[in-house]
Amino acid sequence: MTAFQPTITPLQLTRRQRHDRRLKRRSLVVSCISVLLVALILVLLVPKAPGWEAVKSSFFNWDILVKTFPKLLSAFVVDLKIFFWSAPLIFILSLAIALARNTRRPALFPLRLFGAVYTDVLRGVPVILLVYLIGFGIPGLGLPRPYNSPYIWGTVALVLGYSAYVAEVFRAGIESVHSSQSAAARSLGLSESDTMRYVVLPQAIRRQVPALMNFVIALLKDVALLSFIGPIEILRQANVYKSLMANFTPYVGAAIIFLCVTIPVTRYADYLLARQRNERTT
Amino acid sequence: MSVKLKLKSVSKSFSGTTVIDNFSLDVATGEMVCLIGASGSGKSTLLRCINLLEPIDNGEIWLDDFDIAEPSLDPDPIRRRIGLVFQSFNLFPHLTVMDNVTLAPRKVLGKGKLQAQAQAMELLERFGLSDKARAYPDHLSGGQQQRVAIVRTLAMQPELLLLDEITSALDPELVGEVLDVVRALKASRMTMLLATHEMAFAREVADRVCFLDEGRLIETAPPSALFTAPQEQRTREFLSRVL
Ligand SMILES: Nc1ncnc2c1ncn2[C@@H]1O[C@H](COP(=O)(O)OP(=O)(O)OP(=O)(O)O)[C@@H](O)[C@H]1O
Ligand SMILES: [Mg+2]
Repeated sequence: MTAFQPTITPLQLTRRQRHDRRLKRRSLVVSCISVLLVALILVLLVPKAPGWEAVKSSFFNWDILVKTFPKLLSAFVVDLKIFFWSAPLIFILSLAIALARNTRRPALFPLRLFGAVYTDVLRGVPVILLVYLIGFGIPGLGLPRPYNSPYIWGTVALVLGYSAYVAEVFRAGIESVHSSQSAAARSLGLSESDTMRYVVLPQAIRRQVPALMNFVIALLKDVALLSFIGPIEILRQANVYKSLMANFTPYVGAAIIFLCVTIPVTRYADYLLARQRNERTT
Repeated sequence: MSVKLKLKSVSKSFSGTTVIDNFSLDVATGEMVCLIGASGSGKSTLLRCINLLEPIDNGEIWLDDFDIAEPSLDPDPIRRRIGLVFQSFNLFPHLTVMDNVTLAPRKVLGKGKLQAQAQAMELLERFGLSDKARAYPDHLSGGQQQRVAIVRTLAMQPELLLLDEITSALDPELVGEVLDVVRALKASRMTMLLATHEMAFAREVADRVCFLDEGRLIETAPPSALFTAPQEQRTREFLSRVL
């Protein structure tokens, strides 16, 4: 009776699994070949462009990259410091603004109005303008050291500008928590503020983590805006080297350093977003 | 028998539409009263008004010897005396079962964490939920979620329990376990006001049944009388549709 035995592979795969494997193998081969082809074309054709030698020596000069990289890296630490100062301040200020805009108590109406005006005005101005106005304007008042530091006022400008956007993220999060949640909390006797603190806000913030991550990435990059008002952070350091060496390679070095930080963060943000989407569908 | 809750000519309208119309009702301490009526007859709104989640337009709501509908009163201390269980459970999804149950005792009554947890555990055990204390609501069945919601309300030791169609969001096979909880509460003489579509259940456990239509109390009687010999035409029509 062996003639009617179904053929079984050593791994005991089902028909469907074997089919899927075959498909997967085929698409892997196809994508490998196409990547190789594109790479080959780039490697062969780009150097044939008339200006390639000039571009290569002024943007991709290995010696200059090696020489400037350590200093660029230490200048990037300044960026990170400014980032780690601004991020928590933005978190706190924007949460305060979102809560102010959410309040319904008449005594707090001025606060509510302030919140609305704040978000409207500061979202309507490019962040770079804020950096200029605050970063040049306030030290111009002739404050004593160290209160005239462009590091401080540049950070303040970033915090003020970003808080306006992030406050809106929090507000949308608060509004997305269904009113039945606060009804349940209120019916248990929780006060309005305890309901916000223990029931609504935790859910609102959790829901907005992916959106907040995008602001984290944007802020990481926008710290470089402070280069325009003085702090020797990475972009300014690259600028100095560019003038010194009459070569653009330091900019490429700066870009590489940024990417080393932003790509992992972006991947992580996407992962969080995908996970949240899955949670919602299941 | 003392009166726990007394509604006097309560009226409530939403943007011009009257939803509760001149509604009067007494509920005695330890009594269980069922509200029945078609969808949209105002059962949920009435319960939300008693819990002060909705302000009423007219009338009085007496809890013991206080008119809790007095607009100048702070509603928070009153709400903690009245428990409300919702059709859709409304558990807090970011908190474990234990934290759902202990949140209000800790933040409102100022109980210590350990004391609140011990009391919560006692209640969870009583309703067969002790093994779920660390679970999040998402990981529970509908019936378990609703039982946790009841426990969460009981943890505040309410004097009056309002139950709003607590089984109508449940799969049929899960209804029984929740109704068992209500039976147990009735046995412990909890004062309850329960809106329901489960006529058989109302007939079994209610001391009194109220039939509502368009926000008005049409008829109230013990279940034996109301279900077998309704006095009003509209009650008869409703019962002939649902029974
Ligand atoms: N917040 C609100 N705003 C406007 N109208 C409302 C509001 N809440 C309830 N209503 C209206 O009040 C009426 C009574 O609603 P309610 O939910 O109290 O009825 P119900 O008896 O509980 O019905 P069901 O059996 O479907 O739960 C309905 O017509 C409803 O549309
Ligand atoms: Mg209802």
